[in-house]
Amino acid sequence: MALLEVADVVAGYGETDILHGVSIAVDEGEIVTIIGPNGCGKSTLMKAVVGLVRVKAGAVTFQGTDISSQPPERIVRTGLCYVPQSANVFPSLSIRENLEMGGFVRNDDYRGRIEELFALFPDLARRPTQRAGSLSGGQRQMLAIARALMLDPVLLLLDEPSAGLSPAIMDLVFERIRGINRAGVALLLVEQNARESLRMSDRGYVLAAGRNRLEDSGPALLDNPEVARLYLGGRR
Amino acid sequence: MSTLQHAAKRISLAWTPGHTAVAIVVVALAIGFLPFVKMGLVVNGIFLGAIIALGAVGLTLIYGILNFANVAHGDYMTLGAYLALFMVGSVLSALGIEGQGLGPFTFGYPLLLALPVAVAVVAVGAIVLDMAIYRRLRDRGVSPVVLAMTSLGVAIALRGLVQIIWSGETQRYPREFREVIRLPMDVRVPPDGIFIAIVTIILVVGVYLVLTRTKMGKAMRATADNPELALVSGINTQRVVRWTWGMGAVLAATAGVLLAVFQAQLLPVMGWKFLIPLFAAVILGGIGNPYGALVGAFVIGVTSEVSTQWINPSYKPAVAFAIMIGVLLVRPRGIFGASE
Repeated sequence: MALLEVADVVAGYGETDILHGVSIAVDEGEIVTIIGPNGCGKSTLMKAVVGLVRVKAGAVTFQGTDISSQPPERIVRTGLCYVPQSANVFPSLSIRENLEMGGFVRNDDYRGRIEELFALFPDLARRPTQRAGSLSGGQRQMLAIARALMLDPVLLLLDEPSAGLSPAIMDLVFERIRGINRAGVALLLVEQNARESLRMSDRGYVLAAGRNRLEDSGPALLDNPEVARLYLGGRR
Repeated sequence: MSTLQHAAKRISLAWTPGHTAVAIVVVALAIGFLPFVKMGLVVNGIFLGAIIALGAVGLTLIYGILNFANVAHGDYMTLGAYLALFMVGSVLSALGIEGQGLGPFTFGYPLLLALPVAVAVVAVGAIVLDMAIYRRLRDRGVSPVVLAMTSLGVAIALRGLVQIIWSGETQRYPREFREVIRLPMDVRVPPDGIFIAIVTIILVVGVYLVLTRTKMGKAMRATADNPELALVSGINTQRVVRWTWGMGAVLAATAGVLLAVFQAQLLPVMGWKFLIPLFAAVILGGIGNPYGALVGAFVIGVTSEVSTQWINPSYKPAVAFAIMIGVLLVRPRGIFGASE
């Protein structure tokens, strides 16, 4: 059985549905990427999984438990953590305080975990008292990911981790993401930068207008001429 | 899903060089005007500012975290003052605990026992009111204006309740006459002022420590920054809301008791009339900024007291209002407002 199973999920904001029955699955230790045009429901799918958007029909199952009607602060406790696309740090809190908030549900001494993450992201360790609002885009993204890692998640959801970053910083972020996966964390990614993301993915899904369009291994999607034409910007 | 998704303000606790500059200007202006004003009024203004500060810091926290302008804040003060009166005048005296003129102060030690009880009752009341009324409205996604108007209704109801229970007559805590303390340069300090100053310092330092040192305090600031991210970080935002109301109400109720001591009287409208200075201090300091509320409170307190040297004291709220408008024309985000 898959680690995360999203089955025929219908979800949206208010009366408007964005997802019209989407199904995806993530296995343990996998990297899975979701691509698709703007407005196809990629981000909404992530929010539905973590409980920020109400699931109206279908089911979200994580490690065998139905989490589709659970509030977000309960879902994170199950080992499923999420990094939103923008506004993904607490700007008026310091770097260390951001990490502490990531570990909010932990009742044990999490200072050791903070030190581990500082070792993993040395950029953040230099000035732990710096306000997150004054960080550069790349550092901010690292902090957002580190915050989500505070709970040692089994599955990490990343919404556009490379958005707005320079190519060099983007490479660094992708390198870190691969490192997190090598440590055993399964990843579900939404990426604008689909080529780079599919290259490192085990599998990928293509969404269109709130429905499943295609599903294949990462390299196979990269080689698919239709995907290349529609979503990867033509030639390789 | 997030019941706090309208909130977008943040609680800024970072002290920046800009803040230092503003503080220096404020202090310099104050010193520049000193030779022309009566010191007694300045001293009174500082104590009044301390009381405003307690109310304003709570108001600004509630605004920052809940995105909610609590118009009933002044009436939480009134309720605190009257509950302390009830404790001193009815409960403690029935138990034989009586007295006034504690040390240099006009009031007796029973008031010190009554204060924490009154404060706790108001804090619990504020949390219950939130769960019974405001939370339901937030869950329906109403706008901040609707919440503010609802709290106006709560304010009127609370004031009516106080008037029904304790009548509209002027009342006071049992008090004994005390000489003013004379300091050099003809500075006269009302003896109760020392008590007001001590309580204010303890509470303000306490709030600062809670916000910067405790997990719940940090979660309050995190929720003010970004309620949705707080939820997905696992922060129980309902608990944050309860803590916010609890802290705001503790500060307000204490301010109410101090105001009753300072003015040597209790009236059902005492808190309601205090609302303009409270909001003036909050807006002056930059909404959601506790430091700003603190500085704003002293600016409003001192200037409105000093203004009575030239204008009729009944215009004090108008002076507070005029200062607020003047500052906003120059600095729309308030003197300590974040420049985003």
